[in-house]
Amino acid sequence: MSSLRKKLDKLKPHFTEGGRFAKLQSVFEGFESFMFVPDKVTFRGSHVRDSIDLKRTMTVVIIALLPALLFGCYNIGLQHFRSTGEDFSLLRAFGFGFLKLLPLLIVSYVVGLGIEFIAAQIRGHEINEGFLVTGILIPLIMPIDIPLWMLALATAFAVILGKEVFGGTGMNIFNPALLARAFLFFSYPAWMTGDNVWTEGLTKGLNIVDGYSGATPLAMCAQGNPSGLPSFMSMFIGTIPGSVGETSTLAILIGAVILLVTGTGSWKAMVSFFAGGLTMGLLLNAVSANSYMELPFYYHFVMGGFAFGSVFMITDPVTASQTEPGKWIYGFLAGLLSILFRVLNPAYPEGVMLAILLMNLFAPLIDHYVVQANIRRRLKRAVVTGK
Amino acid sequence: MPKTIRLKKGLNIPIRGTAEKLLAGEAHPVRYGIKPVDFPGLIPKLEVRPGDKVKAGSPVFHDKTRPEIKFTSPVSGTVLNVERGDRRMILEIVIERAGNDSVDFGKSDPSSLPREKITESLLASGLWPAVRQRPYHVVAKPGDVPKSIFISGFDTAPLAPDYEFIIKNSSISFFNTGVKALSRLTDGKINLVLDRQDSILSSTPGVDISYVSGPHPAGNVGVHIHHIDPVNKGEAVWYINLQDVIAIGRLFAEGIYKPERIIALTGSEVPHPQYYKVLAGSSIAPLVKDNINSGHLRYISGNVLTGTKIASDGFLGYYDSQVTVIPEGDYFEFFGWAAPGAGKYSFHKTFLSNLLPAKDFRLDTNFHGGERAFVVTGKYEKVLPMDIYPMQLLKAILANDIDLMENLGIYEVAEEDFALCEFICPSKIEIQAIVRNGLDLMRKEMS
Repeated sequence: MSSLRKKLDKLKPHFTEGGRFAKLQSVFEGFESFMFVPDKVTFRGSHVRDSIDLKRTMTVVIIALLPALLFGCYNIGLQHFRSTGEDFSLLRAFGFGFLKLLPLLIVSYVVGLGIEFIAAQIRGHEINEGFLVTGILIPLIMPIDIPLWMLALATAFAVILGKEVFGGTGMNIFNPALLARAFLFFSYPAWMTGDNVWTEGLTKGLNIVDGYSGATPLAMCAQGNPSGLPSFMSMFIGTIPGSVGETSTLAILIGAVILLVTGTGSWKAMVSFFAGGLTMGLLLNAVSANSYMELPFYYHFVMGGFAFGSVFMITDPVTASQTEPGKWIYGFLAGLLSILFRVLNPAYPEGVMLAILLMNLFAPLIDHYVVQANIRRRLKRAVVTGK
Repeated sequence: MPKTIRLKKGLNIPIRGTAEKLLAGEAHPVRYGIKPVDFPGLIPKLEVRPGDKVKAGSPVFHDKTRPEIKFTSPVSGTVLNVERGDRRMILEIVIERAGNDSVDFGKSDPSSLPREKITESLLASGLWPAVRQRPYHVVAKPGDVPKSIFISGFDTAPLAPDYEFIIKNSSISFFNTGVKALSRLTDGKINLVLDRQDSILSSTPGVDISYVSGPHPAGNVGVHIHHIDPVNKGEAVWYINLQDVIAIGRLFAEGIYKPERIIALTGSEVPHPQYYKVLAGSSIAPLVKDNINSGHLRYISGNVLTGTKIASDGFLGYYDSQVTVIPEGDYFEFFGWAAPGAGKYSFHKTFLSNLLPAKDFRLDTNFHGGERAFVVTGKYEKVLPMDIYPMQLLKAILANDIDLMENLGIYEVAEEDFALCEFICPSKIEIQAIVRNGLDLMRKEMS
């Protein structure tokens, strides 16, 4: 390690002000601090600091995403081979899916991190770690057949207009990953909805065996055909068509455990989101005006992006409510709206994305009222002395 | 019936080097330093020049904006030099001890004196700066009448000295006299806050006793004020350290200024952490001379969260009862953020050490990361036992939003109350400096 350190020390002057590559200072520092935690010591305030930093926080989220990512790889292969009727082993399905997902991951990271590097250099800041998570989230909430240029465009849109214009990581109003998805959803709806985009190869018109349908459970319900749904168990395990990382509730739950045990994700937001979905599900069951409303409420938890949203989207600390009481309200309303949009809006088969984006917008308002309550408590305490 | 408050929020950092309850004796260093930088918002105006002779209690400098507030020499001797920093800012005035002369302030019974006389004595002797106030966490304004006065009878900071041990080795009678003097300064109560029912201070006459328990910052006077007698706009609450109450008692009982302190020498780099009896402003050189590990070390007057960095022959701060020595952290760590972290301490549960049995850590001064924007939420609240929204208040300060700062409780806080937020912050934000800026700004706007 010390030889690597020596090389870096030798290179460093070129990347500082006056050096040949001074324009790449942020990039150099980004890579340097990636390999070595800097030797910077405290100079004011607390003399000792916690061992945590944002790199580690983000890494924990990435680790929590891995089960969903790995299962996503397997499911891409599974759906593909089911559609073509070929025989396949677990390993072959996984390998196939991995190779199909890899380009998406690379495009998302290259575009997003590229913009982050430039933005950091313009601001003269160190590179923020926020995109490490966003870069993995974006492919996981896309259909596997999305063209790469669309993905690049959506990522650029989300990072520039969703994040950097507001001041970068920590300042954004909307969750960048969801923004990328929403951008494509409204700009290229043909690639984001329908029965063909969720299974690799279907859009290219590959041979499909009789009886295979690439329709997602949500699409079936929206078309008024809930009786054709796969079993609850296969939806829970995740062997169904859908966005790359959203199908397996089981894999997502493993991620949830990691986030909760490490205290990285807010359990309040998760629980309240779930409670909101449960409430609306029961409410719709009580009304039961059509076959979709009659769908048992617990089916909603394993269908579409509900589980993924409740673990990885609602817990984004930047776009969620930033006060603890606010998180209860924020999560509950987002869960409520998710199921409401899903069942009652025929135009969009999935409601989770739009519900969370909508609540992103309202999170500052919720915080405002929570803080106002605190201010009122403080004012009430003061005794008027009559001076 | 004494009030009992149990606090849950907070954090006791498991750092190595608690002082053994052993008084190593009195240390009489040759040099003493008075540091204007110990007093936020102060503009010092010197009253001595190098070479001048001073007695214990002679003024060394005063506050330019409030000239009645004097800062005096703890010993008799000669002014050696005046250390200056950037833009000729006075950092410290060094005095070399010689002889044993004290200014005679006259003995008296404080309970028979009017408020003005007490104030006058404290101002003249240099003990007034020991009295501080909320709002702003600065030296109290002479002439004000606070709604109450707080004395904190324990300290929960990392490796903090045990006040019970200190008081047992000091004079209870001076303490009681000091309380009598302070009680003349307010029409309200003297609140003495203790952490245990069996404390020898439980029987102090003339005070209202409250019991507060919980992890740090349960011992912070700001937390006590918040829960017992909170400060609202236009009000002031004063507070004073326990050992300064004893010094005030001595001033009235013996007529001299003798700011004696029993201090704890602590930290992982001190082989035998123990207690010493010194005077305020003492050089720490004789204490650490033969009782220190080798290596690149950080000497801190005070605790690791709020103390001041000093040299190995630097001086004890005016308000400090503790010296901490820890290793410097100026090293690179290969993929340090990714390591499992069995030997690393963290408040956050992302390190292996959280699964291992509790132990003490040898913490150093490394930042463990780079400064970022606010990202993670809901963590500061876990270490701030006050009904205050820390991140919202910090953002109001950064935006210079006076009204919002006021509404969110800036009058009740000091930078020390936010020290744990700074410690646990994953974004490595300099929170205490932000809070201090906010306090300074409010003070300027309100005066």
